Amino acid sequence: MTRPRMIIGCLAVLVLVGGFAWGATGLHPFGTGHSRYGNHLAHSTVPQRAATNSVVVTAFDYRAFDTVGEEFILFISVVGVVVLLRAIRGDADDRPEDELVPEQRRISEASRWLGAALVGPLTVLAAYVVVHGQLTPGGGFQGGVILMAGLAAIFLGGEYLLLLRLRRSATVPQLADAGGAAGFVMIGFGGLIGTGVFLQNFLPNGSQGSLLSGGMIPLANISVGIEVAGALLMVLSELLDQRLLGSQ
Amino acid sequence: MNALLVVLLTLVALAGTVTVLIREPARQAIAVGIFGLLLALTFFVLQAPDVALSEIVVGSVALPAMLFLAIAKVREQKADTDHEGQES
Repeated sequence: MTRPRMIIGCLAVLVLVGGFAWGATGLHPFGTGHSRYGNHLAHSTVPQRAATNSVVVTAFDYRAFDTVGEEFILFISVVGVVVLLRAIRGDADDRPEDELVPEQRRISEASRWLGAALVGPLTVLAAYVVVHGQLTPGGGFQGGVILMAGLAAIFLGGEYLLLLRLRRSATVPQLADAGGAAGFVMIGFGGLIGTGVFLQNFLPNGSQGSLLSGGMIPLANISVGIEVAGALLMVLSELLDQRLLGSQ
Repeated sequence: MNALLVVLLTLVALAGTVTVLIREPARQAIAVGIFGLLLALTFFVLQAPDVALSEIVVGSVALPAMLFLAIAKVREQKADTDHEGQES
């Protein structure tokens, strides 16, 4: 019974290793690969868009359509997770809030303070990373995850009730998720109206090094940041179970 | 390839192996976070700060957080079904 499996497994491993080895022979030596495309991008983003971070310019302008696709992959997978978890969860949630809140003594004073102290700085850092996307490493995706981490610090600080209310109403993360995803597509339509091409840059480039440089890139970063934070927050609050918090 | 990169690549390989070898899911979630951090450092040394930032936020913030919540949820449900089994 296990023998055919072994044979097929060995064959697959052989093909995989062989393919990798063969593919690796055609690569640049380790740490040197300066492709012509990369060079071109590194030299064209400042003259064309007045933006210094060519990675973000590639992702949110030259190849913005790919990023819209990625964004909707995240959107759809979060919808899938939420649908699944809501079906499993059932009606256990309908008890009054007083019963749902676990005793506060379970959280030590130190973690309450740590959670409270982290929320502000993390949120500021997230905003910084999002709005400086076109200037320095960062951007909407990274900033969005940091924003989610800042809100998760509320949970670390033991303020379960706040997150539970967030899930019950569920409108804030949902609005952020859907609004952010729609925002990017709206920017695309802005390009369609302004220039006749979907997702083409339609805003003035601004001056290099300022927050308002890179045309539509800052707007796209902000919408993606809001979408990512909302999406992750939805998954986080769906996974959060009050029974799980009550007994440890 | 400089010495720093050699050290980092060795550490990444080590952390990956350790993550696989640990069998307890909660500890594995911590190990995968450390693995993500080391991988982010490697990306940074290879002059890819954008990718490094993504790896830090996803690999050592989002992924372990989701894993912990999922593990806690599974344990809770397990404990519930065990409890019900004893009662009947």
